[in-house]
Amino acid sequence: MATAERYAFKPYNVGRWIIWSGYALILLIAPLLFTSSLSLTMLIQMGIAIIACLSFNMLLGQGGMLSFGHAVYSGLGSFFAIHALNWVSAGTLPLPVSLVPMVGGLAGLVFAILLGYVTTKKAGTPFAMITLGVGELVAAMALMFPGFFGGEGGISGNRVAGQPFFGITFGPQTQLYYLIAIYTFACTAAMYAMTRTPLGRMLNAVRDNPERVEFVGYSTQRVRYIAFIASGFFMGISGGLSALNFEIVTAEVVGAQRSGAFLLFTFLGGAVFFFGPIIGAVLMVLALVLLSELTLAWLLYLGLAFMVMVMFAPGGISSLIMMNLRLAAFGKLKDLWTSYLALFGTAFAILAGAGAMVEMLYHLQLNAALGPKLRFMGVQLDATSAESWILAGMVLVTGLVLFEITRRAFNRDWGQTQEEIEREIKRREALS
Amino acid sequence: VDASYFLISLLNGLSAGLLLFMLASGLTLIFSMMGVLNFAHASFYMLGAYAAYTTMRITGNFWVALFLAPLLVGLAGAAFERFALRRVHKFGHVPELLITFGLSYILFELVQLVWGRASMDFQPPASLQGPLFTIVELPASLSLAWGSPPAVCQAAAGAVCTTFPVFRAFGMGIAIVMLVAIWLLLTRTRVGMVIQAALTHPDTVEALGHNVPRVFMLVFGGGTALAALAGVIGGALRVTEPSMALTMGAVVFAVIVIGGMGSLAGAFIASVLLGVIESFAVGSDRSLGDLLAWLGAHITPQTFGYAVWSVKISQVAAILPYLFLVLILIFRPKGLLGKRED
Repeated sequence: MATAERYAFKPYNVGRWIIWSGYALILLIAPLLFTSSLSLTMLIQMGIAIIACLSFNMLLGQGGMLSFGHAVYSGLGSFFAIHALNWVSAGTLPLPVSLVPMVGGLAGLVFAILLGYVTTKKAGTPFAMITLGVGELVAAMALMFPGFFGGEGGISGNRVAGQPFFGITFGPQTQLYYLIAIYTFACTAAMYAMTRTPLGRMLNAVRDNPERVEFVGYSTQRVRYIAFIASGFFMGISGGLSALNFEIVTAEVVGAQRSGAFLLFTFLGGAVFFFGPIIGAVLMVLALVLLSELTLAWLLYLGLAFMVMVMFAPGGISSLIMMNLRLAAFGKLKDLWTSYLALFGTAFAILAGAGAMVEMLYHLQLNAALGPKLRFMGVQLDATSAESWILAGMVLVTGLVLFEITRRAFNRDWGQTQEEIEREIKRREALS
Repeated sequence: VDASYFLISLLNGLSAGLLLFMLASGLTLIFSMMGVLNFAHASFYMLGAYAAYTTMRITGNFWVALFLAPLLVGLAGAAFERFALRRVHKFGHVPELLITFGLSYILFELVQLVWGRASMDFQPPASLQGPLFTIVELPASLSLAWGSPPAVCQAAAGAVCTTFPVFRAFGMGIAIVMLVAIWLLLTRTRVGMVIQAALTHPDTVEALGHNVPRVFMLVFGGGTALAALAGVIGGALRVTEPSMALTMGAVVFAVIVIGGMGSLAGAFIASVLLGVIESFAVGSDRSLGDLLAWLGAHITPQTFGYAVWSVKISQVAAILPYLFLVLILIFRPKGLLGKRED
């Protein structure tokens, strides 16, 4: 049945060609659609984040390895790339600027070979703790050796270096964007190709049933090690690109916060599907640039969204998309859209109520000097009056009650629809 | 190294190590029971310090805070287990770890939301302040005086006096009482037996009519209460601020890997060892280069890798736990007293 669904004209897999051409097209025309300087900056960061999240997911999604210190590899990649860039500027290193990110990639590779040997000795929870420890180690060392890491001030560089190539100096942001777009596309393709190799398949097997892999005769440790090295390489490339972009690298790029962000957003995007981290990376840049401007409490919202996601949709946003695509493919989406509307409406009420309370608290705590008044979602609130608090509380409680009611109804409908789809699949199988 | 310095460093190290163990014990209990690595453990430690600070503000009594803060935080921990952790239990260990990771973010933000970003003025009560004893080192003799420094310290120029605070000793006492209490609870009581049995054979225990999920909730609540107790001591001893969870968290993880995952005795040895070594390392201004010079090598600023050779041991003190972690993993992957190697 699966083969009948796919439009496979040998030797071409048309669906895959369409998707990858579409991806390339989006990368190509995105700066033409979003022309402002801010959006170009964000697009550049998205490209970098896509590489980082995808290579993080090589471990988390494909290998079942949860790393709490993966910023080490992108960060060290950044440092080596910025030093290489400075050598290019000084004329001591004959390398085109467009290949500087590869220096970062090699640095990531070498450090993944070194540190990965220790970390991949274990799997599961111990692996996570060891990566955390190694991450702390490198982060502390970054402050210990100011000669290489530049101490508090970091290392800065200038990407307009060496000979221009056909007039490309990488001075204008657009030129940098297309360089990063090329890297992003190539890295995405390479990482996808890797999931199709025997190694990629073994990695999935190591994630799902390590014991059986050992019985078949593979060393799970070696498979994890190789995957870790590959992931370190791509992390390093993304680090090198961000060194080119910001032209300054500070010690915080190897820190625990950066590692946490990779984990958080890769998971939010969805670790189950290959394209999940791409969504996560886009969200990451949006959150770091826009959400942090919008509210002081953005980390709190992010943590809450993450927890809700872990509890109710462990496959992330990409799995939600795929589940609804399945519904749409079987023509069931029209039965559920009213419940979706109700769910979103009540969830919005909860968000509004809780958000108002959180914003008022933050306002009292941090902006007390500005007076008690603040605007939230277009409503004037007074953080010191009981009225505002009662109002927000009522919105929250009403939202919670209604949400619970709709959630139960939705759960019932959802189960029913899934059963219908299962029956439909069985029926089709019987026909073919 | 003079004797008084050695003694006081040893005592400080022991005190730091015992504090570390208070945290590590709860983490180890939760891990060995439920297989869950509680990433937010240090956040509960921080929550304990803040809860104690507020209780002390309201009641004005440290002893009430010492009792109430662990209780409240333990209840919060149990509620988290009941309503969030239990839900993801069926998805496996990685989502369990992830949800506690998310919780650490939320607690970090919530603490800043409620108490603000500055550090709190959380002091031990007057009855527990001041020095417990003073080590007086005269050129000829070494003696110990209870209470505040004796008159000889002000007068004689040759005397080296070092004091040891009461509260530090109190914290050590609490940790030891707690250690004994856990040991008695686990080995001598009926609840402890059920907990130990549920550790290895949850299905059998459940078949015998015990409510295993409730046991899990108890263990998680108990573990977080221990973290909060450590927080009350640690908050008053050091600083109560939002970053206290971060500084403590990673070290505790290193401790339980070094000690051997799930081994309480291993966690004890590792935390005391790390505490003592760190305490001595902080006071030392030697470097790797000095060692090489002592061995006969000639080290100058022109030597290759001078940045590495010239780093002082006191600078390395903060990263020693992680260095040990890496070394242990290379030479003894199951940890000091670990049983399994997985």
